[in-house]
Amino acid sequence: MSFTQTLAKRIGYGLLLLIGVLILNFTLISIAPGDVADSIAGDMGGADVTVIEEIRERYGLNQPFHIQLWRYVSGVARLDLGFSYFYNTPVTSLILEKLPATLLLVFSSQILAIVLGTLLGVLAAKKPNGIVSLLVTFLSLFGFAAPVFWSGILLIIAFVSIFPLFPVGGMTDVTVEGGWFIQLLDLLHHLFLPMITLASIYLALYSRLARASMLEVLGADYIRTARAKGLPQRAVLYKHALKNALGPLVTVAGLQFSAVMSGAVVVETVFSWPGLGTLALQSILARDTPTIMGILFFSSFVVIVVNILTDITLRLIDPRIKTG
Amino acid sequence: MSSAIANDVPLLSVKDLVVDFKTRAGNARVLDHVSLDIKAGKILGIVGESGCGKSMTALSIMGLVPNPPGKITSGSISLNGRELTDLSEEQLCDVRGSEIGMIFQEPMTSLNPVFTVGEQIAESVRLHEKASKQAAMARAVDMLKAVDIPEPEIRARAYPHQLSGGMRQRVMIAMALACRPTLLIADEPTTALDATVQAQIFDLLQDLQRDTGTAIVLITHDMGAIAELADDVAVMYAGRIIETGSVSNVLSQPQHPYTQGLITCVPHLVPDPPIEREVLREIPGMVPALTNLGAGCAFEPRCEKAFARCKAEKPALLQISESQFGACWVLEEESA
Repeated sequence: MSFTQTLAKRIGYGLLLLIGVLILNFTLISIAPGDVADSIAGDMGGADVTVIEEIRERYGLNQPFHIQLWRYVSGVARLDLGFSYFYNTPVTSLILEKLPATLLLVFSSQILAIVLGTLLGVLAAKKPNGIVSLLVTFLSLFGFAAPVFWSGILLIIAFVSIFPLFPVGGMTDVTVEGGWFIQLLDLLHHLFLPMITLASIYLALYSRLARASMLEVLGADYIRTARAKGLPQRAVLYKHALKNALGPLVTVAGLQFSAVMSGAVVVETVFSWPGLGTLALQSILARDTPTIMGILFFSSFVVIVVNILTDITLRLIDPRIKTG
Repeated sequence: MSSAIANDVPLLSVKDLVVDFKTRAGNARVLDHVSLDIKAGKILGIVGESGCGKSMTALSIMGLVPNPPGKITSGSISLNGRELTDLSEEQLCDVRGSEIGMIFQEPMTSLNPVFTVGEQIAESVRLHEKASKQAAMARAVDMLKAVDIPEPEIRARAYPHQLSGGMRQRVMIAMALACRPTLLIADEPTTALDATVQAQIFDLLQDLQRDTGTAIVLITHDMGAIAELADDVAVMYAGRIIETGSVSNVLSQPQHPYTQGLITCVPHLVPDPPIEREVLREIPGMVPALTNLGAGCAFEPRCEKAFARCKAEKPALLQISESQFGACWVLEEESA
């Protein structure tokens, strides 16, 4: 099967999976007691039965389940995720407004964790009993053991209270004025602490994985061949060994992506980062079901896209992976 | 047949090479005062059982002894008059692949699975000859053609897993010879291949040797290959060379009891006399552990001819004829 065919197949499966996610989300929320009308009535300080029925009528909640489901799914197909009564805005525009902030946080922390983790892993594998190796082992123990909300708060105490180097939260500072470059610097300034916090767990994971993977690869016969060819240590490590060691790393990074998305919810809350995580938390507290379902849909969409990208990357790295 | 050893300056000269490995069981002397000479354009065979130090000799010449735990303790290795044991890692990188090429025994795993074979051959041409990408790839295709790979332009773009074992070993040979080294080390190049492919690879090595004049160190336990290809042969046992000389002398008149045993162990397709079925011979006993070699000859426990002196002292190489040396007290007694 050709590469394009395989890709088309993967995208097809991805779409089916998304529809499955939609149906499951919708069903679960419908089964749960209470609905939007109850929440609105609650916010109003109570309402009589006729008002609640009116609200149900307006939101189409008095229709049979399958009609509601069909309306929702076909709406999503037109990129209409419903209407958030809490924010009084269409859910789609609400999410699209918050999504870039989350993607920025998630991707920047993942790139940092993968690049730095791989580098540390390679250095550690070069001298398995050396100081870098010890550091990697320590770092991974620490990274695994420390929950993000705790390490995030520690970072805030250290770099905001004691050494006021970074802003305490948010994404931009409204008082900062200047061209796009100044704005970008301000954004990076705000991004730094949340990014480090979210990256810390994965940095631990990837550096440990890269170390183990590199150690295994460095014992392979083709590494001896590369040395016998006269390649300098640098080329042996970063060309011949690393390309072989990347497979497990890419696989795990792809699989971990959903965990990173949920980690982002916590980190965004700690640093008041105006992304999907903060929105998710607020809409859960407000029982704003259309928004919750919209967020679930978008995060599954991102996870599925990342998984397809992972597959493509693996294929580019290792020619032995058969298409199909 | 060449009257080997001595005469003109050898291409590669190994003198009194000692290599030690630190192990949990103590220090293992994997090479014990090994001396070898090989002249330009000749083929030297090294034979012996597994673990006798054949491959370690090759790795020492390449400067690839795994360190730690291994270490060249003393001795000298000189190539074209240049001392290799004194070179820095950087200088050794210039020698490897350019002056000395090496082929390994596992063609299935010795090629990097994630690069095309053309790229793997071209890489060393780019490295050592500062060739451009196109020129290096053109050389890779030429080399694939030289090792008789059909459709070399297409095969150059193939990945190792798309080739058979014999093909991969041809690629290894092409890679080792791409920069026209003066010395090629072939470490059991056919062990992992089936018999018909073995013969093809040996033929190929012989042809290439004739065409290019590259000297070859052929490490093997195939006595037949030694008889057919090599000019000289060195027999190793427990880290020492116990007999060396021209192939014609050593194979027809083996002097050391171990060499004699090795040669009688080779089964013959047509038994002589032809009526009775030939019994497969073996040398009784086992190779001793390198960590607890005694003061005497390492072969003594398995030797039929051993006597008191063999237990007490290690015999040195003794010249038996113009082109044959043996390390055995029995030979010493006879010549005395």
